[in-house]
Amino acid sequence: MRPLSEPIVRVRKVGKSFGEHRVLEAVDLDVERAQVVAIIGPSGGGKTTLLRCVNLLETYDEGSIRVDGVEVGYRDGDGARRRPRGDRELARIRADIGMVFQLFNLFPHLTAAENVMLGLRKVRGLPKEKARERALAWLARVGLSDKVDSLPAQLSGGQQQRVGIARAVAMEPKVLLLDEITSALDPELVGEVLAVVQQLAKEGMTMIVVTHEMGFARDISDRVVFMERGRIAAEGSPAELLVRPQHERLKTFLSSLNPIHALERSE
Amino acid sequence: MRTAIESLPFLWQGLLVTLEVSALVVAISLVIGVVAGVGIVYGPRLVYWPIRLYSDLIRGIPVLVLIFFVYYGLPALGLNLDAFWAAVAALAAFKTAHVIEIARGAIQSIHYGQTDAAKAIGLTFWQRMHHVVFPQAVRRFLPPWINAVTDAVKGSALVSLIGVVDLMLAVQKVIGRTYEPMPLYVTGAIIYFLINYTLSSLSRRLETRFAHIRE
Repeated sequence: MRPLSEPIVRVRKVGKSFGEHRVLEAVDLDVERAQVVAIIGPSGGGKTTLLRCVNLLETYDEGSIRVDGVEVGYRDGDGARRRPRGDRELARIRADIGMVFQLFNLFPHLTAAENVMLGLRKVRGLPKEKARERALAWLARVGLSDKVDSLPAQLSGGQQQRVGIARAVAMEPKVLLLDEITSALDPELVGEVLAVVQQLAKEGMTMIVVTHEMGFARDISDRVVFMERGRIAAEGSPAELLVRPQHERLKTFLSSLNPIHALERSE
Repeated sequence: MRTAIESLPFLWQGLLVTLEVSALVVAISLVIGVVAGVGIVYGPRLVYWPIRLYSDLIRGIPVLVLIFFVYYGLPALGLNLDAFWAAVAALAAFKTAHVIEIARGAIQSIHYGQTDAAKAIGLTFWQRMHHVVFPQAVRRFLPPWINAVTDAVKGSALVSLIGVVDLMLAVQKVIGRTYEPMPLYVTGAIIYFLINYTLSSLSRRLETRFAHIRE
């Protein structure tokens, strides 16, 4: 049994290599219920890989990742003897972990509503009418009531990403993973997507957010994690890390982001 | 011309055999080829290598050699098939290898982000195939597959060489009786053409039908 105090996401000493290249090294991370954790850092630092390990889109070689007390990648057992989980077990675990992707990854052959309905029908087992009802409600929440029957190709990037968010949250996940969800958007479309996420945060959705938008990270997160070379190099409140950074590399990283500093822009 | 018309009932019998052989070959190779194509893309090494080996080996052998091998060679190993089933088995084995490659190409053309998204909402492997990968891959699969189907119809003429009375052998038998090759070969050619022309028009219709799927 999980002790009551265990965080909803609990990452311990997670390590991973791609061949010779070490992408994650002894990563520890706790995310409490209704907490928003932002992961920032330079490209190739391991942010996205860590996020993808949480719902096992990437496997981790060492350590433990537990979501709501359940080890994500492996059946019970320790060290080298533990066995990877099978397809069905993984599907069940992933159904409770939402994810939104940098490139949206909407299903191009399905309408906006059908994109949201697929998981509700096939995973949650809702009848068609019930699933559509819930899909329309979520699409309304992200401001797309007039686009429910549009195909992804007929939507702007910002609209597609809002469908992506609706598809993930409609499953009522225990935690939502956001992987650089505004990086592929035109600057004028970023705001509409971030507004939706901000609303979710306000309503108590637990989130892990990988982002390059420092203003967003500061506004939305309870805690910021700075990752570099596969390690967590610094960690703290947004004020500690983003407004008065102490860590040398973090300072370098923040000042390298933009000639007009992202923080100044949002202030 | 009269001979050609008079021989039509006999040619009709041959045509039915050609269609039967072709339909069996297409159906068998479609099912096995798609399953093996999925295996070659997603399977572990133990699944991948046998399929890879099979596909490369079979595609490197002339189909006529394969037909003779099944009909004349396999009895030496104790497996006796009559001419019809030997022909179907050999052609299906051959066609399966091509369908594997067509299916592999079509599946691999789907961006991996699609699989990521399907996994993320909790779909199992076959649900991902059924609801996400196949509906998109079918657009890439159809044009080369219809090509393969028309090849199967044309290739079925080779079964005449082991004595299966298909359209080809029926044509030759009539010629043997009448010594009038021209009208009969022309008739035979027209029938083959009509079958395949119908198939490729159908394929164009299907392609339009799936054209709305864009990545």
